[in-house]
Amino acid sequence: MGEIKTTDRLKPEATVAEAAPPSLYADRQRVYPKAVFGKVRSVKWAVLILCLAAYYLVPWLRWDRGPGMPDQAVLVDMTNARLFFFWIEIWPQEIYFLAGALILGAFALFAVSSLFGRLWCGFTCPQTVWTDLFMFVERWIEGDRNARMKLDAGPRNGAYWARKIAKHGAWLLIAGATGGAWIMYFNDAPTITRQFFTGEAGVMVYFFFALFAGFTYLLAGWAREQVCVYMCPWPRFQAAMLDENSLVVTYRDWRGEPRGKAKADGVGDCVDCAACVHVCPTGIDIRDGQQLECIGCGLCIDACDSVMGKLGRPKGLVAFETLNNLSASAAAAASLPPGPQRQQAGMEARRVPRFIRPRTIMYGAALSVVALVMLGAFLMRSTLDVTVLPDRAPLFVRLADGGIRNAYTVKIVNKTHDEAPLSLRLEGPAGLRMVVQDVEAQGEGHYPLARRADGITQYRVFVTAPPMAQLAETTPITFRLLDGAGNLATSQSSAFLGPKP
Amino acid sequence: MPTKIEKDSLSGQNTTGHEWDGLKELNTPLPKWWLWTFYATIAFALVWVVIYPALPITGATGTSGWIAREAVVRDVQQAEARMAPMMSRLRAATPQQIAADPELRAFAMAGGRGAFANNCASCHGAGGQGALGGFPSLADDEWIWGGSLEAIHQTITHGVRANESDDQRQSMMPRFLADGILTRPQVNDVAEHVLSLTNRATDQAAATRGAVLFAENCVACHGEKGEGNRDLGAPRLNDQIWLYGADKASIVLSISNARAGVMPSWGKRLDPAIINMLTVYVHNLGGGE
Repeated sequence: MGEIKTTDRLKPEATVAEAAPPSLYADRQRVYPKAVFGKVRSVKWAVLILCLAAYYLVPWLRWDRGPGMPDQAVLVDMTNARLFFFWIEIWPQEIYFLAGALILGAFALFAVSSLFGRLWCGFTCPQTVWTDLFMFVERWIEGDRNARMKLDAGPRNGAYWARKIAKHGAWLLIAGATGGAWIMYFNDAPTITRQFFTGEAGVMVYFFFALFAGFTYLLAGWAREQVCVYMCPWPRFQAAMLDENSLVVTYRDWRGEPRGKAKADGVGDCVDCAACVHVCPTGIDIRDGQQLECIGCGLCIDACDSVMGKLGRPKGLVAFETLNNLSASAAAAASLPPGPQRQQAGMEARRVPRFIRPRTIMYGAALSVVALVMLGAFLMRSTLDVTVLPDRAPLFVRLADGGIRNAYTVKIVNKTHDEAPLSLRLEGPAGLRMVVQDVEAQGEGHYPLARRADGITQYRVFVTAPPMAQLAETTPITFRLLDGAGNLATSQSSAFLGPKP
Repeated sequence: MPTKIEKDSLSGQNTTGHEWDGLKELNTPLPKWWLWTFYATIAFALVWVVIYPALPITGATGTSGWIAREAVVRDVQQAEARMAPMMSRLRAATPQQIAADPELRAFAMAGGRGAFANNCASCHGAGGQGALGGFPSLADDEWIWGGSLEAIHQTITHGVRANESDDQRQSMMPRFLADGILTRPQVNDVAEHVLSLTNRATDQAAATRGAVLFAENCVACHGEKGEGNRDLGAPRLNDQIWLYGADKASIVLSISNARAGVMPSWGKRLDPAIINMLTVYVHNLGGGE
């Protein structure tokens, strides 16, 4: 990893007797990334289009769930406390599926980072995607790097303000669309779009629209690389996932150094054109080695490759490379003078990166375990539950004939749209009799209970023990729900309480 | 005490003057924005004291005239206005009609729960389980004055022996020993007979003697076999539910000094709609007939 430079102020003898104390505040250096073309840039455009298309279009996907149900494929229905995802419908008590998905995402991120470095940061992170889009708009309106620098340094005339207003207007439009798409995930998209423009939408809708639009504009337009460098916690601990076998964006210093003019003798391949610095969205020099600020987007690779191509030199002076290969190449090339032999020796010393290593096996295993547990939990997810709440006041009632009666609240939780009645049966010691309040029995101890589709239905149930039942203080009983064919649908155990015998 | 305040070369700030094993601490005052926020809260509080009632003096209302009690009254009025249509329907309906209408019944059960907790639970228990010593259970299957919707409605509206309503539940058990109607041994014999009604007599001879006394003094209200009489509020004596205790000593005490539970008349205290809700709720506690 990169060498830590020891600054003067950290040296012990420099602490006393200085006339002007240095400021601890560093001003932001404005970054003017230059346009770049190449393989990495093309992949980045493709990923950007894919991510934005998914974000903006998914709320418009429809999914037929029958009458009375929302037909939006992906919808967080706050009012009815439901989360819809295509054929899946999650109730609030099953929100652990969401937690599981997030854990799955975290482990996948760890695994990908240890294999390929900062792919997430450089390609798919929303901050990167939106900043890329904002920079594209900026370049389109204000011109490329040099034009923008000139504009900012030049006079504040009409042309200046016209371009600035056009740029910020375009940014605000994109930010508005971002906030607008966000609210569609929580409301029916066509309805909320109409209501949004006619002013019929609720205060919360406008609040979240403004929140997301505002922060998109702020973070992608103004804060940019400062989010990655100062705000985001991920760069700070992702070093724990990376090692010398991870693919990272690297400058092959064994080949490039010493830097010099293209036609000079005895110099490496780096011509010090600073193309890699000019295209960097965080404004760093990749040739300084691994840095926290590097988001691994690989645009410097494209920039350097195009320069090397013009000079007729092999590409890959900046490349996705492991640190192991880098030091192997450096060792092989150390004794050779700059030139084709050094280049050949260095490149031949490289080995295929070790993708299978304890770290990646661990991440892979954790990923598989979580995925299997999630899958298992999902497949065994119950769509019909019965909960039984025994009365606590009173625990039991003594009847005139000396019998004992307990009361229960039975709730049928129906997560499907099947409304066929279920039959409630009591299983317990002989002699216990069950009565469901306000439901007529059909046959001995057989109560057909209606159930609401996609909802909870509540019943009050009395269980009576005869006078001479001789039951213990607590007797286990079970309530069984049978479907129309008489098969067990679900059951719940409970207790029948009585006085101390 | 601070000893040597010096200027820190790096930050340009003064130190506090303290030194711990060579470590010095910068004197970093509170940020200005923090201080100004603090001063602003003090200013805000002063304005508040003038506008709103803040001083612990009777009649101190502040210049705005705002009073918390009035706000509560307004909230209660708003809630009542929201409930008014439903309440007027509940007022007009009989308990039977409410029990038969799912919408009214759901409202009555929810409202009845609250009204029961406010007015009834202190004697009859949170779940209507009652309490020993004269507070009958409303969840079991025995009723002193009747467990039909009409009977419950009547009892709640007019009360029991509270002398608050002309239509109250009224009856009086004589104080057999205290008033000299029976002698102490005779009371003992009657108690043994009462125990024998549930096959618990310990002295058969006394029980047989008591049967004669019981027929002379008690059957008019409690019935020949102790089956009770709801018109007179005379409880059953031949079952397992004993309001004042099932043991012989308690029974002797009941015969000697008599028992007479009291319940207020709620007709003048509660809205007829709430009495209707309570009727349906109590009827649903488990013992409704």
